Amino acid sequence: MSNLRAIYIIWYRDLLRFWRDKARLFSSFVMPFLFLVIFGTGLSASMLLLGRGTEEAGYNYIQFLFPGIVGMIVLFTAVMWGVSIVWDREFGFLKEILVAPISRAAVAMGKTLGGATIATVQGTVMLVFAPFVGVSLSVSQVLLLIVLMFVFACSITAMGILIASRIKTMEAFQVVMQLLLFPLFFLSPARFPVQNLPSWLGTLVRINPVSYGIDSFRQSILEPTSANFGINLFGHPMSIAEDILLVALFGLVMVLLAVWSFSTQE
Amino acid sequence: MKRHIIEVENLVKRFGDLVAVDDISFNVEEGEIFGFLGPNGAGKTTTINVLCTLFKPTSGRARLAGFDVVRQQNQVRRSIGLVFQDPSLDLRLNALQNLNFHAYVYGVPRAVRKKRIEEVLRMVELWDRRREEVRNFSGGMRRRLEIARGLLHYPKVLFLDEPTLGLDPQTRHHIWDYILHLRKRESITIFLTTHYMDEAGVADRIAIIDYGKIVALDTPDALKRMIGGDIITLKTENAEAAMAEIRHQFGIEAQKDSQGVFFEVPNGEEFIPLLVNNFKTDLHSISMRRPTLDDVFLKLTGREIREEAGGEAAMRRQWAMYQARDHRGRFG
Ligand SMILES: Nc1ncnc2c1ncn2[C@@H]1O[C@H](COP(=O)(O)OP(=O)(O)O)[C@@H](O)[C@H]1O
Ligand SMILES: [Mg+2]
Repeated sequence: MSNLRAIYIIWYRDLLRFWRDKARLFSSFVMPFLFLVIFGTGLSASMLLLGRGTEEAGYNYIQFLFPGIVGMIVLFTAVMWGVSIVWDREFGFLKEILVAPISRAAVAMGKTLGGATIATVQGTVMLVFAPFVGVSLSVSQVLLLIVLMFVFACSITAMGILIASRIKTMEAFQVVMQLLLFPLFFLSPARFPVQNLPSWLGTLVRINPVSYGIDSFRQSILEPTSANFGINLFGHPMSIAEDILLVALFGLVMVLLAVWSFSTQE
Repeated sequence: MKRHIIEVENLVKRFGDLVAVDDISFNVEEGEIFGFLGPNGAGKTTTINVLCTLFKPTSGRARLAGFDVVRQQNQVRRSIGLVFQDPSLDLRLNALQNLNFHAYVYGVPRAVRKKRIEEVLRMVELWDRRREEVRNFSGGMRRRLEIARGLLHYPKVLFLDEPTLGLDPQTRHHIWDYILHLRKRESITIFLTTHYMDEAGVADRIAIIDYGKIVALDTPDALKRMIGGDIITLKTENAEAAMAEIRHQFGIEAQKDSQGVFFEVPNGEEFIPLLVNNFKTDLHSISMRRPTLDDVFLKLTGREIREEAGGEAAMRRQWAMYQARDHRGRFG
């Protein structure tokens, strides 16, 4: 009971801080748009050569890319939420949390839910741009996407928090995150269909848990023909449910590790 | 016999090879102000960190309000309030939000939450500023807010780790007023640390700690009585001659430092006329003062705490830190 209250207030504080930070709030609305413009126009010409499969499926490249950008926004926001823990450590507020009569699990849960909520909000904002790229979304699609993004964001936030729990300085956190983010993003089907990849690259993409999150977004945004460029694992084409189940399993492991990491600190 | 609210037995805390707390034992009585006095690096903060469950002791035992700090962490945490040496507020939130967060994680019942927050904010005279972002608060206001927060859940023991570090003398004074006022009103035990000698005097009992060991523990008056009486300081061109003459006439071993020649006598008022009547060496001045905790520390350790230099440097450091944090906070 007291832990539920603690999870709530830790979550609430994260939202409050997000809301207060007008600069970040602003950039969270502008950045997705910029990404879309830059990735969409800059790369579409070259990618069209590779991406014949996408044309056959009845989507142009920018439409294919759209779910990938949504995934990228959620991924970046979620993973970077770990930074709030590094900040709290540096500013001393983490001590206020760590001496409170609540379990470390509650701390990890509250932080995970906070970061995941913010990442989901960011992803949802991104969906506003769907009509501009010629994708129309129904209310039920949007609701499904919110659920998918939230599960995905929880998993990724927990991973960021796990890393932040062990890293003491801002600089080190930034470096580790860059090293981690780039393979997670570039070795995912965010920017290209898996089918056309050399097999070694295809294997790496299939190992990357982020791939399944993005695949689930793409399948729910670009239905119904999207199966043409979805991931298949051992010859089995993944459904939305299977995708998100894998993501959730990964997330469960991350949450458990994060809780463990928080509890074993001195 | 008063109850012991804190019991520490043979507590040791090592960081690698460094022994930060070296086998200390002491008890704190319920309702007293207990002071930890020692120079920077003596192990004061480390002791608090063990007592508040942030650090595990390397060996030894500590109990707080009857609960073991290793095995009954949650009960210990519920019993204590903390004002850390380093700032620990969320600068991006306002005063109310900081206190509200605290009330939730400490499980202050909903029915009394608002009332208590108002009560502690009024106590530290921050009620009018309650909706202002803490970032805009001065160092003294932040400290007061931290004290208010530490009291919000009605702890049995309030830890104050260098509560006035980095504050100007007027604000320091102000903070002590609150603490003493608090003591009169509540049945709370206060455990404070400081390296300002003059501040330690407010404690009922003081443990002097140096290199992780307690070198003395008593009331301030009793500690001062360890010094033979009053301290006489002579200013003279010829320190050696003066010291020799004092040894010869009064059988007292004087010492010398940059201030002059000094020594202890049981009763300064009666001693000065004797000295003036018979002394041969030329003197510029004679001064007498009551012993301070500085003198006690010097006598026990052979060193001075050097509070002025240390205090100012620490003050500047702390201030620079606040500034840096504020600055970066804007991008956080
Ligand atoms: N987390 C830590 N890791 C390593 N050494 C530490 C740590 N905390 C304190 N110390 C060391 O322990 C000694 C005592 O420090 P501290 O308890 O902070 O002293 P004080 O509070 O009396 O100034 C110092 O030498 C300090 O460098
Ligand atoms: Mg200290």
